[in-house]
Amino acid sequence: MANEPILRIVGLTKSFGGEKAADNISFELVPGQALGIIGPNGSGKSTLINLITGFVKPTAGQIFFKGKNITGIAPHKAVDLGITRSFQMSRPFYNLPVFKNLIIPLSSPRARRSRGGKYGDRDETAIHLLEEVGFERDSQVPYKDAGALPHGYLKRLELARCLSLEPEMLILDELFSGMSMSEIASVIPLLEKIKEDGCTLVMVEHRLTELFRIIDKVIVLNFGQKIAEGKPSDVMKQEAVMKAYLGSEVVESA
Amino acid sequence: MSHLVYRKERVDRGIKVRSDDIFILASLRDLSYATLPKTLAIVILLLFPLLKDLVGTYWESVLVTTIVISLLALSWDLLASAGLVSLGQALFFGVGSYLTGWLSRTFALTPIMSIPLATLVGALLTTLILYPVLRLRGIYFGLITFALPLLLSRVIEVTKILGGTEGLNKIPPLPNLTTELYILIVVLLVCIYAYRRLITSDYGLVLQAVRDNDRAVMAAGFDIQRLKAQAVFLAALPATFAGAFLTHHFQVVGMQSFALDYSILPLTSVIVGGAGTFFGSVLGAFIMIPLSEFLREFASLRVVIYSLLLLIFAIGLPEGIFHFIRRRYQQFERMTALEGESDKRGK
Ligand SMILES: Nc1ncnc2c1ncn2[C@@H]1O[C@H](COP(=O)(O)OP(=O)(O)O)[C@@H](O)[C@H]1O
Ligand SMILES: [Mg+2]
Repeated sequence: MANEPILRIVGLTKSFGGEKAADNISFELVPGQALGIIGPNGSGKSTLINLITGFVKPTAGQIFFKGKNITGIAPHKAVDLGITRSFQMSRPFYNLPVFKNLIIPLSSPRARRSRGGKYGDRDETAIHLLEEVGFERDSQVPYKDAGALPHGYLKRLELARCLSLEPEMLILDELFSGMSMSEIASVIPLLEKIKEDGCTLVMVEHRLTELFRIIDKVIVLNFGQKIAEGKPSDVMKQEAVMKAYLGSEVVESA
Repeated sequence: MSHLVYRKERVDRGIKVRSDDIFILASLRDLSYATLPKTLAIVILLLFPLLKDLVGTYWESVLVTTIVISLLALSWDLLASAGLVSLGQALFFGVGSYLTGWLSRTFALTPIMSIPLATLVGALLTTLILYPVLRLRGIYFGLITFALPLLLSRVIEVTKILGGTEGLNKIPPLPNLTTELYILIVVLLVCIYAYRRLITSDYGLVLQAVRDNDRAVMAAGFDIQRLKAQAVFLAALPATFAGAFLTHHFQVVGMQSFALDYSILPLTSVIVGGAGTFFGSVLGAFIMIPLSEFLREFASLRVVIYSLLLLIFAIGLPEGIFHFIRRRYQQFERMTALEGESDKRGK
């Protein structure tokens, strides 16, 4: 793979008070590759995502996206470049109908540029996106208030929100948590298709079995440090990784 | 079976099923039911200036104040839709007032020129002034807006610019009270209409989303600082207009343009009428301003009665009068058998 990396991270560090939530992390990612980020709770996975997407400014280190230095970028500018993220805790607009939740990203500068579309057209696009992430066709669910959605649906709404922005790099923070086994099974083919279409994927997950079906490479974090990197099957054999996972509640792999 | 217990039940009328700009109405009767309140309000408003001999100039000028405060309340309501809670509508009012005063004195502009100019430039200026504090949330933004008009009037007092404590007088007048009223009424109606359109558009949805969950709006690729600045500009327009207009109405402008009244009265209007619909804040102004004029008869007790009424409204109808009336209007009562045997319509 002589490809120029789409994402290059060099010595990324973030301290909250005295504690380092990201400690000198470096890695690269080639376009179209799917990366998994795993590690025990509190190991700094979400912080790493926040750093890449501009929601948190680093203490030290650099982030390059397609060769461009984007260290400390404003979140909306990261989206403009094609970096889209989901949130671990998805907070929809509860008092809006489900499909209206998607009108907001669909009317953003990036979506308007790539999709065009006027008031009214967007409703149709929104419904279509919801079907894509597995909302039943012709059901009433998209018209109900988002506040009434069960957790698994909320996660899929979060995914639809990301897809509405047509990302070049899609970063998903624990998409599978809160989803049922059948929901996960129905989303995996979609993620595989997104990957096939050339989108670079970054996934933070605790569901390792399902994660390893999708990703090409995995990074293991512990106390903010990268303790391993490589192919999933190799990495999981490493002693440091097994130690980090031992005793933590995430040994679960269904 | 023999002894049925009846209970009152409130049912939604099948009207006002509004989905995205399309009215789904069952009949002409429903149509008139839905449009009657608006039509009636507009007709009364348009007739009022013609009844000068009947109501007297005093109450006509009360209408001027009422509409001015309505515009400030509308402005407040739009800001609040974007999550910006203003405690200082007097900032916009005062900037608009002084701008038109300064423009007409310095460049000898007529009101037709200076009012629109002061409205636009004033909105731009206040947006610039507030830009650095848009990051602040909730009460912090409120406190800054509360302090700014007081600060500006102090600056004018100390530096003696813009006439200092004397203010600027000999501001060119407007034609006559009837014309003034019609200008105000048209501006008010246009503003309500424009704001209602704006807030139900996709753009309006985004503004409200900034209020509800700014993180998600950022993640969707919006510059929320810019959105908030746009909201301030759009909200400032009717407020700077109100200031500019009243300056020509009184033909003077002074430090009282930054007075607390112009911050508090719009706020009480919104509290009484109810936020979030624009109709509510205007209704609130149309209740509270004439009421406060009426209470002048009670001299020093005025403030006490006014505050008490405000308290009663705030506690008794926290959603605001407008929401209450609308709900009542859209429902009808019927009697329902508790056993669920059969519905019997009452009334
Ligand atoms: N905004 C913040 N302020 C202070 N500490 C934080 C903040 N965000 C994360 N942390 C700390 O950083 C560490 C890593 O958190 P996080 O990135 O959420 O872990 P993970 O997603 O792997 O569970 C935790 O100890 C957490 O308490
Ligand atoms: Mg996390």
